[in-house]
Amino acid sequence: MRVWKFGDDIDTDAIIPGRFLTIYDPAELAKHTFEGTRDEFAKEAREGDIVVAGSNFGCGSSREHAPLALLGAGVKAVIAKSFARIFYRNAVNTGLLPLVCPEADSIQDGESVVVDIAGGYIEANGRRLAIEPVPGFMKEIVDAGGLVAYAKNLKEVKTCSTK
Amino acid sequence: MAPVDAAMIHDITGPLAVRVFREMGGERVFDPERIIMLFDHQVPADSIPAAENHVFMREFAKEQGIHNYDLLEGVCHQVVMEKGRAAPGEIIVGTDSHTCTYGAAGAFATGIGSTDMGFVLKFGALYFRVPESILVEVEGAFGRRVGAKDFILSLAGDIGADGATYMALEFTGRAMREMNMAGRMTCANMAIEMGAKAGIVAPDAATWEYVTARREIEPFDLAGDPDANYQERRHYDVTDLAPQVAVPHNVDNVVDVTEVAGTKVDQVFIGSCTNGRYEDLAEAAEVLGNADRFADGVRVIVIPASRTEYLKALRGGLIERFVEAGALVEAPCCGPCMGGAFGLLAPGEVSLSTSNRNFRGRQGSTQASVYLSSPATAAASALYGEITDPREV
Repeated sequence: MRVWKFGDDIDTDAIIPGRFLTIYDPAELAKHTFEGTRDEFAKEAREGDIVVAGSNFGCGSSREHAPLALLGAGVKAVIAKSFARIFYRNAVNTGLLPLVCPEADSIQDGESVVVDIAGGYIEANGRRLAIEPVPGFMKEIVDAGGLVAYAKNLKEVKTCSTK
Repeated sequence: MAPVDAAMIHDITGPLAVRVFREMGGERVFDPERIIMLFDHQVPADSIPAAENHVFMREFAKEQGIHNYDLLEGVCHQVVMEKGRAAPGEIIVGTDSHTCTYGAAGAFATGIGSTDMGFVLKFGALYFRVPESILVEVEGAFGRRVGAKDFILSLAGDIGADGATYMALEFTGRAMREMNMAGRMTCANMAIEMGAKAGIVAPDAATWEYVTARREIEPFDLAGDPDANYQERRHYDVTDLAPQVAVPHNVDNVVDVTEVAGTKVDQVFIGSCTNGRYEDLAEAAEVLGNADRFADGVRVIVIPASRTEYLKALRGGLIERFVEAGALVEAPCCGPCMGGAFGLLAPGEVSLSTSNRNFRGRQGSTQASVYLSSPATAAASALYGEITDPREV
């Protein structure tokens, strides 16, 4: 459960560079995660490790390869002060848990954290930090384990009028 | 859930969307006529896996009866616009973050991931959070060799890379009304660089002229309500705006060109969904003027955004001028902006690019530097081999 700490505005090009986008297998993508910006991550990240970052994590490209690469590396959750919109959706949809924690800055690289989703907090070195709940409808997708699992049992969707 | 009027998929993120569609139990797409497929990121195929992706997508298009523009037409956002696939009031999604470009046509258009798209392919709808809106009022008139790209870069600098996260930017004001469609597309395109979900220009006569020339549709009124509740209203006057440059390694790291003038450049890229239209190439050619050659030691790569724009530039004599001056003119595609196909940078190299992102490693080595500017600033810089104020040329 070690923490890999990153700063603000970590973009999806940094998470997985453009030249690897013909790869779709999470385990293969994981070999190139943060390549060129934090090379030790791909080598040393272990199952259950957690990425912690500042604001606007996952900005930039809509590439879903980014959450897939993190999942492939064994990361189950990303804790950040805020997320870029497309990454946030992609994470929820693919089963990577994006957790908004206003005090994420206080977590240090290499620390160990415990996430208590039901309790709405994380514990880092004895400190208890609040996490914001996943909003409304997205909770159903998280509970299903991602949008694929959610959609499998769906016969049709109800749409609202937009005109 | 909201129904989707059109969905765009390309060669990089499309294959994953198709796989997800299958995993969701998808057999037939919701409506093949509402799906737009094309290849632009890795064209012509730059690797065997890229070629395999193209084959995979071609087969899916054939099986489902989807019209596939393949690799013939150009960069996705330009193609969607110029083929009349985006119109006011529509909801359009695309597996590319710059899908917000179609806000220039008055559409609500936003980038999504491949799993969202798999869902759209199957159900023709998607879950959305209705975004708050920021009204961006742009007044005044641009000075000589200053334009839409300079404004949108200055806005990114002002709002910040996450200042509009999950919100919609609504552009209005005299400078927007007087801006041509090419400029409006540049502005809407970069809404995502502020985190926005959409960037919309209220449709006016220019919008409808553009849209009705491309599809049969009766114009109607579409505007923000006078009493609309905006998250925020921001006012700008572009009259005294200087050419803007985003410096490494963030799009909101924006300065007046004068602050970085003199910075040596190894490569200049004029193109992309942000600035690869005829108007952009004409802006660059006007700065080039009658000069013999671009500066020694600078690789100038020019890529028209689409086949249509390429032909316009060719017939207008622009391509000949660029080639005479020593530019490499490539067939329509994303080019160096994609950071994986070609035109990559070595460690220590510096690129000035008219595209939309200067993230570390975006155009090759993470030890390279990418600056962003308008086509006019790019052309001026290509002439002198260093970042140059186009007003001084």
